[in-house]
Amino acid sequence: MKIIVGEGSCGIAAGAGKVYSAIKEVLPEGVKLGITGCIGMCWLEPIVDIYDGENLVKRLVKVEPKQAELIALAVKNNDIKTIESLFIDEKDMEFLEKQTRIALRNCGLIDPENIDEYIKNGGYEALKKSLFNLNADSVIEQIKISGLAGRGGAGFPTWFKWNAAKISEGDEKFLICNADEGDPGAFMDRAVIESDPHSLIEGMLIASYAIGAKEAIVYIRAEYPLAILRLKKAIKQAEEKGFIGDNILGTDFSCHMRIKAGAGAFVCGEETALIESLEGSRGMPRLKPPFPAQSGYWHKPSNINNVETFANVPWIISEGGDKYAALGTEKDKGTKVFALTGKTNRGGLIEVPMGKTLREVIFDIGAGIRDDKDIKAIQLGGPSGGCIPSNLLDTVIDYKSLSDTGAIMGSGGMVVMDEDTCMVNMAKFFLDFTTKESCGKCTHCRIGTKRIYEILDRITKGEGKTEDIDTLKELCYAVKDGALCGLGQTAPNPVLTTLIYFIDEYEAHINEKRCPAGECTALRKYEIDIEKCTGCTLCARKCPTNAIDGEVKQIHTINQDLCIKCGECYDVCRFDAVKVR
Amino acid sequence: MSHTLNEVDLTLIDGILDKYAGIKGSLITILQQAQEVYGYLPEDVLYKISDSTGIFPARVLGVATFYAQFRFQPIGKYLIMLCEGTACHVNGAESILKAITDTLDIKDGETTKDGLFSLKIVACLGCCSLSPAIMINEETYGNLTPKKVKLIIKELQKKEALV
Repeated sequence: MKIIVGEGSCGIAAGAGKVYSAIKEVLPEGVKLGITGCIGMCWLEPIVDIYDGENLVKRLVKVEPKQAELIALAVKNNDIKTIESLFIDEKDMEFLEKQTRIALRNCGLIDPENIDEYIKNGGYEALKKSLFNLNADSVIEQIKISGLAGRGGAGFPTWFKWNAAKISEGDEKFLICNADEGDPGAFMDRAVIESDPHSLIEGMLIASYAIGAKEAIVYIRAEYPLAILRLKKAIKQAEEKGFIGDNILGTDFSCHMRIKAGAGAFVCGEETALIESLEGSRGMPRLKPPFPAQSGYWHKPSNINNVETFANVPWIISEGGDKYAALGTEKDKGTKVFALTGKTNRGGLIEVPMGKTLREVIFDIGAGIRDDKDIKAIQLGGPSGGCIPSNLLDTVIDYKSLSDTGAIMGSGGMVVMDEDTCMVNMAKFFLDFTTKESCGKCTHCRIGTKRIYEILDRITKGEGKTEDIDTLKELCYAVKDGALCGLGQTAPNPVLTTLIYFIDEYEAHINEKRCPAGECTALRKYEIDIEKCTGCTLCARKCPTNAIDGEVKQIHTINQDLCIKCGECYDVCRFDAVKVR
Repeated sequence: MSHTLNEVDLTLIDGILDKYAGIKGSLITILQQAQEVYGYLPEDVLYKISDSTGIFPARVLGVATFYAQFRFQPIGKYLIMLCEGTACHVNGAESILKAITDTLDIKDGETTKDGLFSLKIVACLGCCSLSPAIMINEETYGNLTPKKVKLIIKELQKKEALV
């Protein structure tokens, strides 16, 4: 028997490390204890799996350290019925069953810190196949047949970039992995690296072989310490096995790999800004062309893909490009990984074939909205993306259909919002982000995003003017057209999509000084329910502006002219007598 | 930027500077490792890096101020990182922020007078299913409510009062 604890960042944050230590203390003889990466079922963490050989006997969820002894005893006596209360609800298993996992094929199944487990699952076979049975052109041909496109969001055909770097003149070429996952609300790449680092390494080696790079660099967020640690370990193990280094597996292909920790700048997700940062400079984008394939890192031909793109590569080479192309739609092939978060009942890491509808993802996999509330919108693509309203839930997931709505596929952040989310505030939230993250190089992005933010800020404070909507549109299109890089060109998307689908909310804020979702504090109105007020005076004593009048045991009232809407009265009232509108 | 009195031991980064001497493109890595040594980037350290690498001080500071990771003031014993990612935003990060600022009377980027707590708002901690979440030093706290976060801070304050 084997006990496996899910130790991805999410699991550890939920307490998986403590669960592991607790089980280790009481582990019976003959029972193995191990770890795996992210299982993807984040809402059930910490997760403990009980295996008999290679078979998953039972998945235990929301495990606490104090239950370690019970678990150990149950496994020892081969009587897991005693811990029935920890069993996963079998219905929740459909979260995994309804997915098609290629990039995530090993996540949650193998020990990410042990290369042998990766090899046992067919790992590094694709590298061997490439080196011994395929040449660079036929590797690129397989990627072309597969239809794989850049999973970082732009969806540019991967084979085309590889080929451009391959045919580019130069004796020194670089392969770069963009693991600077900066979208708030997205953690796909982190999960892949933490759970299956060798998939990334193998994909990068195959790409290096295809373009002729002798050096491969992973540019990763410094905020991902666990991913960095596991990737470092994995690179070392791969070096020891002869998969990385000089004359790999006895061939004349040599490739070295290193990690560079980013220092926290969203703009470095843009490939030329990333290159600037790799060179030790401020991460400011370069003008394209020349493209990195011609002049990239140290002005040498370079190819950049993101983590998920590389993680698909070993599978495509092993199984054949046509098998990957069989998944998905006419135009967009394969699968896409999403981080499903927000107000869904189930949230976590999912991978689905292109062509599924948003409704299928949110209701079949995500099990609908919490507390039986209504879904209002889905945010895709983070600060570069947009909000898709609930009446477009049958939109299929492919690059064209999603961009037709005004949103984008993005790197995979999928945040579901219910009726309590204010869409104007949401747009403001993203513009606050892009304003701060704008690198400042071009005027449209630097100043345009700031002006958009200021208008949105006014609207959420009840100071909006009728002409604001037209001004917003004008500014948005100016920034879209005038900005140098992807950050600025896409920054207005959250505003433009909400202006299309949720214009009524903007109008309510501007014309009626009302926030329909009740989220914008400045537009809230606090009132005391005369039926419930007992006259305890607590709220009056706590009010920082003395806006509440009333004698002991008399009904209190709020002076709206003095009220600063801090919500203190609402928080302190023990009789639920303060109402907010 | 003017030279100040030598308050920090500048020799602590000699090893780092030697290791990366002559390797082009290492400035960010050097700054990261220097910050690990001092907890922040003191002005004199920036000058020393400039002298040793031959990169102009303005450029060293330019790079350091560009990236969110670098700090120029010492931080408190407990660094509270508040996640303002999309999922946390949707699930009430603002009320958590208010609870922290109310309890500690500090804003983003500030440190309490007793030097115990610093607050930093970050874009995403990447544990969206636990939102709203904060991280204090290495420990993550998820599924927070204003009450819970006040309690966590009180516990730490109590612990420190005993020391």
